[in-house]
Amino acid sequence: MSHLENLVLKIWRQNGPGDAGRFQSYRIDRISDEASFLEMLDVLNEKLIGEGLEAITFDHDCREGICGTCSLMIDGRAHGPQKGTATCQLHMRMFKSGDTIVVEPWRATAFPIIKDLMVDRSAFDRIIESGGFITASTGGAPEANLTPVPKPVADAAMDAAECIGCGACVAACPNGAANLFAAAKVSHLNLLPQGQAERWSRVQAMVESMDDYFGSCTNHGECEAACPKEISIDFIALMHSDYLKAKIKDRKLISQQ
Amino acid sequence: MATARTVKKAPAKKAPAKKAVARPAAPPRARAKPLDAKIPKGPITDKWDNYKADMKLINPNNKRKFKVIVVGSGLAGASAAASLAELGYDVDVFTFHDSPRRAHSIAAQGGINAAKNYRGDGDSVHRLFYDTIKGGDFRAREANVYRLAQTSVNIIDQMVAQGVPFAREYGGLLDTRSFGGSQLQRTFYARGQTGQQLLLGAYQQLARQIGLGTVKLWNRSELVDVVTIDGRCAGIVTRDLVTGAVQSHAAHATVLATGGYGNVFFLSTNAMQCNVTAGWRAHRKGAFFANPCYTQIHPTCIPQSDDTQSKLTLMSESLRNDGRVWVPLKAGDERPAAQIPEAERDYYLERMYPSFGNLAPRDIASRAAKRAVDSGRGVGPLKNGVNLDFAAAIARLGKDVVKERYGNLFDMYQRITGEDPYATPMRMYPASHYTMGGLWVDYELMTTIPGLYAAGEVNFSDHGANRLGASALMQGLADGYFVLPQTIGNYLAPMLNKPIPGVEHPEFRAAEEEAAQRFQGYLNIGGTRSPDWFHRELGKIIWNDCGMARDKAGLQRALSELPALYDEFKTDLRVTGDGASVNQTLEKAGRVDDFFQLGMLMCRDALERRESCGGHFRTEYQDAEGEAQRDDANFAHVAAWEFTGDPMKSTRHKEELEFETIHLAKRSYK
Repeated sequence: MSHLENLVLKIWRQNGPGDAGRFQSYRIDRISDEASFLEMLDVLNEKLIGEGLEAITFDHDCREGICGTCSLMIDGRAHGPQKGTATCQLHMRMFKSGDTIVVEPWRATAFPIIKDLMVDRSAFDRIIESGGFITASTGGAPEANLTPVPKPVADAAMDAAECIGCGACVAACPNGAANLFAAAKVSHLNLLPQGQAERWSRVQAMVESMDDYFGSCTNHGECEAACPKEISIDFIALMHSDYLKAKIKDRKLISQQ
Repeated sequence: MATARTVKKAPAKKAPAKKAVARPAAPPRARAKPLDAKIPKGPITDKWDNYKADMKLINPNNKRKFKVIVVGSGLAGASAAASLAELGYDVDVFTFHDSPRRAHSIAAQGGINAAKNYRGDGDSVHRLFYDTIKGGDFRAREANVYRLAQTSVNIIDQMVAQGVPFAREYGGLLDTRSFGGSQLQRTFYARGQTGQQLLLGAYQQLARQIGLGTVKLWNRSELVDVVTIDGRCAGIVTRDLVTGAVQSHAAHATVLATGGYGNVFFLSTNAMQCNVTAGWRAHRKGAFFANPCYTQIHPTCIPQSDDTQSKLTLMSESLRNDGRVWVPLKAGDERPAAQIPEAERDYYLERMYPSFGNLAPRDIASRAAKRAVDSGRGVGPLKNGVNLDFAAAIARLGKDVVKERYGNLFDMYQRITGEDPYATPMRMYPASHYTMGGLWVDYELMTTIPGLYAAGEVNFSDHGANRLGASALMQGLADGYFVLPQTIGNYLAPMLNKPIPGVEHPEFRAAEEEAAQRFQGYLNIGGTRSPDWFHRELGKIIWNDCGMARDKAGLQRALSELPALYDEFKTDLRVTGDGASVNQTLEKAGRVDDFFQLGMLMCRDALERRESCGGHFRTEYQDAEGEAQRDDANFAHVAAWEFTGDPMKSTRHKEELEFETIHLAKRSYK
């Protein structure tokens, strides 16, 4: 175990949605390289409380990279410099003594800042509520092994389902688009046999509710690079393809022609 | 009827109040009748069917007249809320997270048990029932556990129908694997993220109901009190974590699905925000708290690396399917693992428990690891771990197979420790993980407060003194999908068209006032120590004296230190910021306050239970081989504690456990 010394943190402080916000610099004299990035912020917060100052607000919970609560733009990169790693799993050994580290909240119109580094990501919930499910009320489910799911299909669905809903894709996207998030959920359910009954209505509802809140995708690919679960951008293609097919299949549209 | 009303925003700092922290609530009414678990009649195989045949029903058109509050959005909460809404009830869901999908069920890795017998290896409902009772060291209630085993098969059906991408065989059928405490392969899994996938399944069902308008979601809202009127639960009081506003919510019935209290140890595998507040506030209002000393220390967690550590990370028990646990034979052996020859290694689990080997249950594996480290044979820079070695598995199966099974866990381990587990063994040490104790509930999952239910980890009911791996997810979903939606109707049916107290009732106002004052009180103390400082100190006492091994002297010491530290908390706490916007320091203060009180009760319960069983290991009560020694003659009961105004003076009640189906036996995994 060794230590890092003389770090400068430039952290975004904003007292509420109405406040303009500003960067504030803090000094960390010494920190173990075994500490996680969030533990480093804990240490800073303890110091601030010791000085009678208000602690820095940031979202976090499981600290195992699975709940998706943590966020943070670190030196301009969503979840920081380590690929495929959420902020809570980022450790100080990725930095070196004397570094200046800039810490900001997610920046996206759909994610308004609540305070300091905490943002409101409930627009994601609205997308799921519009169609990100299989309608299967409790009690009526058939025997689980009745419908075999080929292993490659189950694996592909699982690749998509790994999304933790953290919002890094939106924060990294120059357009503030949520296509990777929505595509991951659409693909997870649309790939499985259980999801076929609602396949076309699902993709339409979710894409359209996504468009209510988020920007449009122009294939930058920043989302895939930022995703802590390394979800493939291919799923966006799958979503677009399903969306197109759904529109062609949509009987209401056909009848209008 | 108004069911929600905002009273006030918690004011910014004003005139200093004298010690307003944690005023003891008025003692609940004396309860004359003994604890009645309301276990249905009939042989154990028929009890749940008999219950359902006899329970009262509510016409679908009348269900919407009943308001049900669900607090918590994990597996139990989300599944209960979604199912109740599907049935037609008017449901409000509360979570302190920004989204229901963040609940800590999401972190469960390994799997979920079900008695499907898809492997044809001899599984059955009875065997799952027996394994769970035995795993819990014969301290769980038979009828509840049998129902759990029965519903386990429905859970898999339900979750598959909802699109949970469980692991599959090449033919497309569901794959299963082994878990601790069982010799069968009954554990269904979705890579190393089973909890995530199940929670997302339940969350999506909840989201569907929210989209349909049948569930109202209150996010970033934390329960700060439970309100009882005329002996029934009338609703809850919440604090909006964004605005600080304290608000009442009235309902016909309230479900707490708020998880366990493992964070009382400060360092645990629980998420940072997991807390006991909802359960504890209910306890203070009259809900009995059962077996608080039954806590589970999970054997495979990444050891602590430094003093700033905020939490410990679990590595799934499933790793013990292929990983072999060992320490050097000699104390003080500092050679790297690869240089220690086979003959100088002690595969202690395989040696001590040949029939279960590395898959011995959690409590047993944890104590064995503690003994190994205490004997000076620990590994790693701080000598605080044991090896979990995959070299043999990689040689036998190839790296690709190991990677497919455990890849994400290996990656996580590497990110945290900076070591490559494909090349060198993982280091592991036990950590607080799960709490079997919790609010006492009857067969219907109702607490001792009529109309207040507890589901999932917050209740005590199914795991006795030790939970088997892959059974927490099973219990949360069984409670939420299959038990509560039935039993709540039985309680509500007679209340049809009868008015319930609204939020303007004086009891709600008093509870709001008290909660607002309590939080203002934390701000007003103006001491020198942060809530985290107190939490860390509290955790050290509990870990040292009420952790993996306990004894009378240690527990008595803890019981003298805890009240003193708690007094210090009440006079020397420092919370900066104000109460009118997000203030995580203030939130933490409220949670630590409740952890202090719970900690005292935990130690008292551990002191009173003069036997060893499951996760509760009293060093005075062990056999010649160091295994737990139960005292069935005196302690085959549930200890249910009644709050009397001071956790140091709570009253202990008993629910005798009757074993009609299973013969009480010594728990052996040799």
